[in-house]
Amino acid sequence: MPDPSAILNAVVAGVLLGGFYAAVALGIAIAFGMLDIPNLSHPAFVVMGAFATWVLNSTFGIDPVLSGLLMAGPFFVLGVLLYKLYHACFESRGEAPLQGLAFFFGILFITEVVLVLTAGADYRSVQADYIGVSLNIGSLTLPLRMVVPFVVSIGMLLGLQQFLTRSFTGRAILAVSQDKLALQLMGVSPTRIKALAFGISIATAAVAGSLLIIIQPVEPSIGRDFIGRAFAAVVLGGMGSFWGMLIASIILGITESIVSDMWNPSWAPAIAFGFLLPTLAFRSGGLLGRKL
Amino acid sequence: MSNLRFWASGLLLVLVGWLLGRLVSNEYAFFAGYSVLQYILLATAWNILGGYAGYVNFGTAAFFALGAYVSVALNKLYAPPLPVLIVAGGVASGLVGLLMGSLTLKLRGVFFSIATLALAIVSQAVITNWEFVGGASGAYVLRPRQGPLGGSYIEYLFYTMLVMAVAAVALARTIERSRFGYGLAAIRDDEAAAEASGVPTLKLKLLATVASGTLMGMAGAPLPFYVAYLDPPSAFNLAYAVNTIAMPLVGGTGTWIGPVLGAILLTVVQETAMVTISSAANLLIVGLLMVGFITLAPNGIVGMVRKIREGRR
Repeated sequence: MPDPSAILNAVVAGVLLGGFYAAVALGIAIAFGMLDIPNLSHPAFVVMGAFATWVLNSTFGIDPVLSGLLMAGPFFVLGVLLYKLYHACFESRGEAPLQGLAFFFGILFITEVVLVLTAGADYRSVQADYIGVSLNIGSLTLPLRMVVPFVVSIGMLLGLQQFLTRSFTGRAILAVSQDKLALQLMGVSPTRIKALAFGISIATAAVAGSLLIIIQPVEPSIGRDFIGRAFAAVVLGGMGSFWGMLIASIILGITESIVSDMWNPSWAPAIAFGFLLPTLAFRSGGLLGRKL
Repeated sequence: MSNLRFWASGLLLVLVGWLLGRLVSNEYAFFAGYSVLQYILLATAWNILGGYAGYVNFGTAAFFALGAYVSVALNKLYAPPLPVLIVAGGVASGLVGLLMGSLTLKLRGVFFSIATLALAIVSQAVITNWEFVGGASGAYVLRPRQGPLGGSYIEYLFYTMLVMAVAAVALARTIERSRFGYGLAAIRDDEAAAEASGVPTLKLKLLATVASGTLMGMAGAPLPFYVAYLDPPSAFNLAYAVNTIAMPLVGGTGTWIGPVLGAILLTVVQETAMVTISSAANLLIVGLLMVGFITLAPNGIVGMVRKIREGRR
């Protein structure tokens, strides 16, 4: 029987990790869950955000979280442009599923190779005061490099949730995910709204990237490890449900943390699949979503 | 191309390959030839599900590496002849395809694709933790000096791959022109309409997944002997998945000739780029070609040729 405080530590570490996974999955919850755009390349944009953070941090000494927020602007523009291309080539032609998937897979691959060619295949990390410091509460150890990403991620999630439910644009985004035709009848262009929403989804990748590089050193191909996790969180949570996605991310984080601590860290990437497959097979609506 | 001409040229190709092999003394020719044929086999296998039915499989590396690792394991236990290993690898990957398919094919194609992507990651974790086949540190496989038909073992591997590639293309062509193939095409074009018109969609999709997975496993089985040292990062290399998808898309997905053209073109381009530029750049070229073709020429080379021909008329 392992030590109870070790279990507690593993669970808390898992919750913090899950909070960070939610930041990665958030963009997919928007793009895939709401807009029905299977953006497999999202984790590659997260890694791109991590490298942008590394550049800003190592050359100008800007705080990683701040540089993530700074990069959100350019990433938003990038997202809008990417959506325009996707729409022109696939969505409007009506061959979205097959070609679109391959398209995003290609983007994933290209981004990765371009990062290797420009920044090299080495691991990169950032400097900040809170990296390497831990809070100790009783027998509980909370490394700040995990706490800061958790807080930022939850903040981003809450902010977006407010934006989507309160603002006109936000509600239009929710509407486009439910009934495109009705939106058109209200005089709103679904394509414009979708471009905006996809821009936001890529902007969250910039922030998630800065959180990733706070948590661990980053190399270009690391994004692949997050594809399964992030999509599992979105599907398990129920497509389009933010809270479901957050709960699923945290469940994933806790399970991975316990398995890594008690058993073997090399199994961690397989856990997401262990959740994904049964969810798809038996409960395709996820925890808090509509049936697919 | 008429049936007779197709089968005759298939047979002729095998014969010519064998004769050329007898004349060539340079081992590199077999290594390069094997690599092209392996990709023709993989691309054709992918196309049966991806091109005919429109279900994108990102897990080529998983099916392929599973075949390779079944072969490593059996070779360590009993060292059976190569054809037995190929059958075993094919059966194992076919079964994984059946399991994956029966769990996810009821949903929209996107979910199947995501599940296959995750399959590649999970099977890599399993192999990395399976000490019997070398685990994370990899496995060395002793390649026999002589092939059973005379000549070097690499030459033997080349012929084996040649036969498998030609057989796979013939199978794909037969499927394409059968009721099975028409059913798959109906699924690709409009699954709901196909289901409504009485096409047993789930059954056909499952059958296509199993056929495609089996061929990929068979393609992987000789790999340990080809590379002599196999570790998870190289067996599960993303390059396999990307190439296998890029080749049919570049060549043209609807027909059997598309993956063949794509495989030949992309392997030649990559071999050239590897020598003249760098190995990272050659993967970039594949990625760019793939994205370029799906955005600008969604029907690949076959589609372009068809357009030019129609334009002339």
